[in-house]
Amino acid sequence: MGLLYGLIAVGLALIFGLMDVVNFAHGEFLMIAMYVSFFLFTFFAIDPLLSAPLVAAALFVFGAVVYLLIVRFAMRAKANAGMVQIFSTFGLAIVMRGLAQFFFTPDYRSVPQSWLGGKTISIAGVFLPEPQLMGALVSILAFAGLYFFIHRTDFGRALEATREDPGAVALVGIDKNRVFALGWGLGAALVGLAGAIMASFFYIYPDVGASFALIAYVTVALGGFGSVFGAFAGGIIVGLVEATTALVLPPSLKSVGIYAVYLLVVFIRPRGLFGSM
Amino acid sequence: MDKDFATRRRRDLIIAAVLTALAALAPLFIKDVYVQNILILTLMYAALSQSWNILSGYCGQISLGHALYFGIGAYTTELLFTKFGVLPWFGMLAGGAVAAAIAMGLGYPFFRLRGHYFVIATIVIAEIGLLLFQNWEWAGAAMGITIPVRGDSWLKFQFMRSKLPYFYFALVLCSLAWFVTWWLEDSKWGFWWRAVKDNPEAAESLGVVVFNSKMGAAAVSAFLVAIGGAFYAQFLAYIDPESVMGFQFSLLMALPAVLGGIGTLWGPVLGAAILIPMTELTRSYIGGSGRGVDLIVYGTLIVLISLALPQGLVSLFSRAKRKGATR
Repeated sequence: MGLLYGLIAVGLALIFGLMDVVNFAHGEFLMIAMYVSFFLFTFFAIDPLLSAPLVAAALFVFGAVVYLLIVRFAMRAKANAGMVQIFSTFGLAIVMRGLAQFFFTPDYRSVPQSWLGGKTISIAGVFLPEPQLMGALVSILAFAGLYFFIHRTDFGRALEATREDPGAVALVGIDKNRVFALGWGLGAALVGLAGAIMASFFYIYPDVGASFALIAYVTVALGGFGSVFGAFAGGIIVGLVEATTALVLPPSLKSVGIYAVYLLVVFIRPRGLFGSM
Repeated sequence: MDKDFATRRRRDLIIAAVLTALAALAPLFIKDVYVQNILILTLMYAALSQSWNILSGYCGQISLGHALYFGIGAYTTELLFTKFGVLPWFGMLAGGAVAAAIAMGLGYPFFRLRGHYFVIATIVIAEIGLLLFQNWEWAGAAMGITIPVRGDSWLKFQFMRSKLPYFYFALVLCSLAWFVTWWLEDSKWGFWWRAVKDNPEAAESLGVVVFNSKMGAAAVSAFLVAIGGAFYAQFLAYIDPESVMGFQFSLLMALPAVLGGIGTLWGPVLGAAILIPMTELTRSYIGGSGRGVDLIVYGTLIVLISLALPQGLVSLFSRAKRKGATR
């Protein structure tokens, strides 16, 4: 579970690290990804595991479009830039939830009989649920891929450079908007991947994003804003803390542990564990 | 003190007095209970948003966890009333005091945090409060508290037959929050807060005790919000954790101020006057289908207003006024 939190959070961290914008619709991106995965299964009988790349691609486009249509303008605001970003992405989240209710109805849905759903695997006598295990595997692969991408490809370098100095980047002929749009696409694609995996073992409903969004923000902040690696590490910590809290406290209080750890960490290190901003 | 500023402040006070008087007469013409309900909620959110604005707008410490103080106001009042028979009027003040104390206790570690770390910490602490109340058996846990009906009386601040007393209380609360803001704007605190918001380091070097001024703003803000919470509890006659401490309250307190103009005197009132009726009307006229059209309309408006008017609706008003406000 921790690795999946990490994967959700990495997308958010990427967008944040890139341009200092917190996407308050991140949970809704996840929700959309789960629905896409669900419909691919229902209409084309493609298992969520196989459709994950398709979902990621769809979310990539979606993320880029959101940037071009909304965030680009939000970043131009001369006054109260932070509030404008918060509320424009938050407004978007409300619209997305409304649209999901409108088109998909508020019913709870789930993917029946996926390859992974409900199965467990026994490793050295410990029973582990297969979907979570697969999620962890995909998360690690995605993270390795992202690491390679940021540090080894031209686009990745352009991304880093734009983050550091958008002005200078423009001088060497890189279009800032294109890089940012691609960055948003990439961030959304990562959450798309997470959504596709989660579709096989979570109920899907219009408000599903909200329950994960706060955890994603906490994860990113725990790891430290501006650090993609931090978000991943934050995800693992959050997963572990959640599991530990569930042993000590009643299940309804399991999130309290995560929140308490976040507060503790920022009181000691006000910029998160690996943060630079 | 330059003359423009003094003139503007006197004019603001007169406008506020006229608006309050007009609002007080409104129930003579508006007999429809549904409309009265909307008016009460509008006044309440205007008051809450005005209080939120003190900490987040003037002092620049964006809090998205004010639902905590709202809930504490509601719960303190109702627990004192149902368990110990303390009248809501005293409970209300007790709730305000408890909320202010908690705000200062939390401020101690919280005000070291900056930017997003602070915002997320405020969301998280409100969420912890919500979860704790949901699991606190003595306080009714997730079932909440139903306030026993003891007949209409001002003493117990409880009215079943008419909504008018609630309307007048909400009006007083709203005027009070506005007046406190108006008064603070020109006080030593007001100037300190704006200095802290603009540049804490520079403020500190000029002798502003940054930490104390943040604490002051937090306490005033939490106190007023808790009074609002106590009012809401009496108004609904039923509370449960989600309905007084949920994240949506934190947002509904922030939204009017942001849409109207954050850190301005009139922003929260203006924002609430537009946003709350809009919310209620979209909910009841197009939300009935249960298909989320109200959410689509509402969300789109938030996106458009926040993109088109980053300084809020107040910025639409005359340039002269803006000059005074940003002085």
